[in-house]
Amino acid sequence: MKNKVTNILLAGVGGQGTLLASEVLSEALMLGGYDVKKSEIHGMSQRGGSVTSHVRFGSKVYSPLIPEGEADFLFGFELLETMRCLPMLRTGGTVVVNDLKIMPAPVAMGQEVYPADIPAKIASSFPDTVLVNGMDLAMQAGNVRTVNIALLGALSRRLDLAEQHWHQALTGQVPERFLAENLKAFELGRAV
Amino acid sequence: MKKTILSGNEAIARGAFEAGVKVASAYPGTPSTEILENVANYPGIDAAWAPNEKVALEVGIGACFGGARALVTMKHVGLNVAADPLFTLSYIGVRGGLVLVVADDPEMHSSQDEQDSRNYAKFAKVPMLEPGDSEEARAFTRLAYEISEKFDTPVLVRTTTRISHGKSIVFPAEPVQGLPEPNLVRDPAKFVMLPANARRRHPLVEKRMLDLAQWSCEQPFNRIEEGKGEVGVITAGISYQYAKEILPDAHILKLGMVHPLPKDLIRSFAARCSTLYVIEELDPFLEEQIQAMGIRVIGKELFPICGELTPGRVQASLEGRETVLSQSTEASLPNRPPNMCPGCSHRGVFYELKRLGAFVTGDIGCYTLAALPPLSAMDSCVCMGAGISNATGLSKVLPPEQRQKVVGVMGDSTFLHTGINSLMDMVYAQAQATVVILDNRTTGMTGRQDNPGTGHSLTGAAAPAVDIETICRALGVRDIQVIDPYDLELTRQTLKDAMARPEPSVVIARRTCMLERRGAAERKLPLFVDADKCVSCKACLKLGCPAIEWNAEAGDKGKAVVNQLLCVGCGVCQQLCKFDALGVHNEK
Repeated sequence: MKNKVTNILLAGVGGQGTLLASEVLSEALMLGGYDVKKSEIHGMSQRGGSVTSHVRFGSKVYSPLIPEGEADFLFGFELLETMRCLPMLRTGGTVVVNDLKIMPAPVAMGQEVYPADIPAKIASSFPDTVLVNGMDLAMQAGNVRTVNIALLGALSRRLDLAEQHWHQALTGQVPERFLAENLKAFELGRAV
Repeated sequence: MKKTILSGNEAIARGAFEAGVKVASAYPGTPSTEILENVANYPGIDAAWAPNEKVALEVGIGACFGGARALVTMKHVGLNVAADPLFTLSYIGVRGGLVLVVADDPEMHSSQDEQDSRNYAKFAKVPMLEPGDSEEARAFTRLAYEISEKFDTPVLVRTTTRISHGKSIVFPAEPVQGLPEPNLVRDPAKFVMLPANARRRHPLVEKRMLDLAQWSCEQPFNRIEEGKGEVGVITAGISYQYAKEILPDAHILKLGMVHPLPKDLIRSFAARCSTLYVIEELDPFLEEQIQAMGIRVIGKELFPICGELTPGRVQASLEGRETVLSQSTEASLPNRPPNMCPGCSHRGVFYELKRLGAFVTGDIGCYTLAALPPLSAMDSCVCMGAGISNATGLSKVLPPEQRQKVVGVMGDSTFLHTGINSLMDMVYAQAQATVVILDNRTTGMTGRQDNPGTGHSLTGAAAPAVDIETICRALGVRDIQVIDPYDLELTRQTLKDAMARPEPSVVIARRTCMLERRGAAERKLPLFVDADKCVSCKACLKLGCPAIEWNAEAGDKGKAVVNQLLCVGCGVCQQLCKFDALGVHNEK
């Protein structure tokens, strides 16, 4: 089971907590005994810009970047950014995506149009698509800022990793005063 | 100690701590910034931001003269700023070990060029190590101090974005023990580079590099990994990981030290491969030196010289195909360019500069984004400090009516970095140009680091704050205005007056960065659009504020809406709306 590298591509918009989710994910995988590599781009004024993070795990990982077209999971925090990254996903790959639109500047300025029916378009190419209402789950958990962890919960059920590692990683990465609501959000997501 | 998962930058900080570093100095620069932020968390290290990279290196050199181990970090373009002391330090050598980490940015994710810093190692004649993952980043940083003291040389450690900001598993070790206590030792023949002393040092530098090249042939950081068949690869850094991924059967010579090269090792490796690739990012640095040894290798004839490598690009190059983009996008999807934050104080200044028809010589910072539409209000951007001195040069050659249009713009941190020198020259040259200092009380671009103007140190402790107005006055500027850039009328009038004046003038536009961590930025209730008053003129959209969205479905021609989650109520858009359609909630 552990001799294959599994590739997870996270895609979202700056400010959504994509990077924290990839931190927790990497930590949990390491605690589960895997070799893990992660690569991301930050810097510039990326708030509001596209953000992607590559996470790879297995018995031995070399490149921190996922080879083009070999992502097993596309883990999306926003619909358009998820759509943009579809070419990275392998045939038959899984999409776990937040049902949320954030307008990019050219759309907000009325110069371009936000594509219609993204969930349907994604699902038509990738039948294994899970649409998650992250905002709903986060509000149930008691804090709208836990959307990223709720989504992580939804992804977690599709990965071969014991629940204890996820809890341990969350405890290590999330500030203590927000831990209870993040654990709640994770559980709600895991039930999706 | 327990294994952990760290970024390359975090691992370098750990390595420096393990090596017993006492002083660390840097100017922030992506992707190097987090090294110093993490070093500051370790006990026993004096870690501080310097106003620029040259100063940072000179502080490090001073500590090393005292016998302490010192760490200096910067990004590639920062090494240009620090090049002057580096070249002479190569002659002087060290007392306590000195390591300079330089982070390159292939693909220019957050940089104005993608220079290859390995050339500096060769040019300055100093050794350079290049880690290929976070564990090597830790181990090589630690080892670099031993090399520095053993061979009496500063040591460069080079990373690239994928090492700096990539994470992998690290095995921390116990710190070294028994390092000597710092003290004063006079040794002018070594520390004073008068020509007579420097002439005596130069042969030592040349011998040192030969000794290092020989020594490194035997060191485990340069290693051969046996494969199958006749294909060999010489590689280093992140490129090693791509080579392992794409050519799992090849023999690999993985170089941990990329300068000087272990020539004997390279010769014996090359002798047993019928096909030899050199896989490296950016310049043909290894390739040219190996070719010069008379060994035939395949390098940049296949692999791209521009941009970063990826597994896909390596694969495509080997197959002779066009290299693919790492994120091939569907052309029909709208782009999502980065943007200045909602409530960013720079937005109004650029809006008014555009209206005044200013020719803006810009600089490096968040505000460089003003070059993008819809503001499109920046006409040049070269390097830190150039915003002001480019304006001086332009004003020297232009006819009077065009001269008045020239405005140099830079941020507070950039002004303290190298802008002071440029402004001094502008006054001295009696240039008739206007300077705008966008003072948002932080170093915004790299993630809100403190600088000598903020009143805080890297660790958050109180520090004396530079008074920018007083500096400008001391440099000889007679006309200095401080304005609130949220007030568009005031901003426009002040800029207009300054531009008309036939002497250097400075406008300081002061508002705290919206992301400032100490909560000093003022946030009000979000605004809203009164749809009955909105006449669809789109004037508010000219600001490019992320909080203002266009709803094409509303009314006949569409209407503006304010995103309640993003708006911070700065009120700049209200001043643009002639129809009073932008309201304040508590006035409803």
